Amino acid sequence: MNDLNKKNSLKSTIIVIACVLAFWGLLLLIENFNLIVPGGPKLFNPTSKLFMVLRKVIVYCLIAVSMNLLNGFTGLFSLGHAGFMLFGAYTFAILTTPVSLKVPADGIFYKYGGSVVHFSLQEAFQAIFGTSPAGERISLILGVLVALIISGAVAAVFAYLIGLPVLRLKSDYLAIATLGFAEIIRTIFQCEVIQLPGGGELVLGKLTNGANMIKGFPTLNSFNIIGENGKTALYLSTVVPAIIVTACIAIIVLLINSTYGRSFKAIRDDEIAAEAMGINLAKHKILSFCVSAFFAGVGGALYAMFATTYQAKPFTSVLTYEILLIVVIGGIGSVTGSCIGSFLYIACSEWWLRFLDEPMFIGNFQVPLLKDGFRMVVFSVVIMIVVLFFRKGIMGTKELPDLFKKKKNKTKGKVNSNAG
Amino acid sequence: MPDNVLRVENVTMQFGGVVAVNNLSMEINKGEIVALIGPNGAGKTTAFNVITGVYQPTNGRVLYNGETIIENFPKSKMKKLYAGENKGVYKNTIVKTPDQVTKLGMARTFQNIRLFKSMTVFENVLVAKHLRRTSNVFSAIFRLNAKEEQKMREETLELLKLLDLEDVKDELATSLPYGKQRHLEIARALATKPSLLLLDEPAAGMNPQETEELTAFIRRIRDEFDLTILLIEHHMNLVMDISDRIYVIDFGKLIADGTPEVVSSNPRVIEAYLGVAEDAEN
Repeated sequence: MNDLNKKNSLKSTIIVIACVLAFWGLLLLIENFNLIVPGGPKLFNPTSKLFMVLRKVIVYCLIAVSMNLLNGFTGLFSLGHAGFMLFGAYTFAILTTPVSLKVPADGIFYKYGGSVVHFSLQEAFQAIFGTSPAGERISLILGVLVALIISGAVAAVFAYLIGLPVLRLKSDYLAIATLGFAEIIRTIFQCEVIQLPGGGELVLGKLTNGANMIKGFPTLNSFNIIGENGKTALYLSTVVPAIIVTACIAIIVLLINSTYGRSFKAIRDDEIAAEAMGINLAKHKILSFCVSAFFAGVGGALYAMFATTYQAKPFTSVLTYEILLIVVIGGIGSVTGSCIGSFLYIACSEWWLRFLDEPMFIGNFQVPLLKDGFRMVVFSVVIMIVVLFFRKGIMGTKELPDLFKKKKNKTKGKVNSNAG
Repeated sequence: MPDNVLRVENVTMQFGGVVAVNNLSMEINKGEIVALIGPNGAGKTTAFNVITGVYQPTNGRVLYNGETIIENFPKSKMKKLYAGENKGVYKNTIVKTPDQVTKLGMARTFQNIRLFKSMTVFENVLVAKHLRRTSNVFSAIFRLNAKEEQKMREETLELLKLLDLEDVKDELATSLPYGKQRHLEIARALATKPSLLLLDEPAAGMNPQETEELTAFIRRIRDEFDLTILLIEHHMNLVMDISDRIYVIDFGKLIADGTPEVVSSNPRVIEAYLGVAEDAEN
């Protein structure tokens, strides 16, 4: 019987890996479709709405899944994700903005006479690998990867410090405390100068550029390979983040299915019983909190890459609510649900419902109600319908493989098959 | 080496001005089944919670296998308020959280069933194996602990087989009938590999037939798993049938202890607890 189990688990592992590879291949193909077949459908233009949405979806997937790990699997109702993303994004931006942009007194840090960070990771790697096109490429990729990991680590360290006092609270109180911390973090990042008690002052702006924008760091478009004629030879700006995010989600899924993940779920189901079964509550809660913050940090860094420029302003609690909405729509306690949720949410708000914001004419007849802002009205109605008809979110607590156990004939076709 | 597994020494638990457990002392020897009985609100569950680390006692100490695991004395505000006895005997504060107590080898069940609702029977028991893990979080994520994980699953399956729960192992824990849920809770406690099992009203809400089954079940696990058992119970049939010794408390105070025969003929116990209605049984 054990052999059978092993065979089955091996089989499902192979299926999952095949699906993920197929998903990556498909992304790569449609992104480069117009390079292979000139004059293909407009939709597959690399600058089209589709890819903008896909990239954002990919980034949001990671953030939503990391929030789900905390809210859905460990049962800690935390609303501090915007704060963790901020840590990730700022760490990434500070570490990877080229020296030529941030150090000179008239660069992007002109208000503070240049940045205090006198290096950037990819340029540091260039010193090792050389400045040939290949060397530059390797140092870019390595620089970005290392920066992403450091971004996550910084977010996790601060999550640990915040978690020590905050995780003693439960349910709503925890939500309020984490929300407060996220706002404090944002305010600190926007702050230019901190007066020290001794009379001195700490010019924080030299590190974070205050409330001003940071730009010039590698973006998702930096992954594209430029040919000799100056035109893009291969588009990778959607595939690379997809690979990074899939790897991160895979780690989260592995964690959830491990013995630690089971104890997270035990804490969610019944704290008192979990503790009586020998699960150290404080330790496991902070572990979940830190892991979640780590991936939120990575997600924040990817979000900065997606947005190309960066400032603290948009990272208010509204962003957290957006992600919470995705988690709730997808299903609290379902990784697949979070992925589907972020796709639906982003696609609706950025793409499918956009036409509602513009006046439309059928012949001479102007369709009523269609004007700026109407999209949000329809969007709220859609969300309400989802919440009414799917009480537990679209997926509930089910994952993708659970669906196939019942309906084996149904073919896999979902964009988010990488999650299971 | 004393052969009592658990020794409760002058434990007083006071909430504000209310003394819930007053100077309770108990000794439980290896291999015994000991019952703790008393009227509602007598402080039985509070005593349980003190032993398992849920509450910190106001005064007194608890020894497990001869080693002090919990000790406390009245401090700060309690100094003035303290209404119990043996003030000033204990000088140390030793705190254990429930998970540490469980790790020492004391597992418990709950008065109102507390199973993990979203998990299957199998997973419920498997979770309890978590505390004997040797893997850290990285080896668990990257499946470097596959052997240990395999062993955990095998042991769980074996335990479920022993306790006749194997046929329902893939069902949701909450979908089981009530009696089976009780069994499952005991199975889950056993999965932590305890040497002392604390059962908080295991027969609550059971009909006479289920109670009889449970009596046999408790005896069986005591013998098979080499356990010592402390239980709180209201079903006098079960208590008189199964216990080697009985402790009776009322208003937090120990009023009698001894073998079932001795206790059931004690006039104070009859007055406080067994009462007239129970006369028919004795």
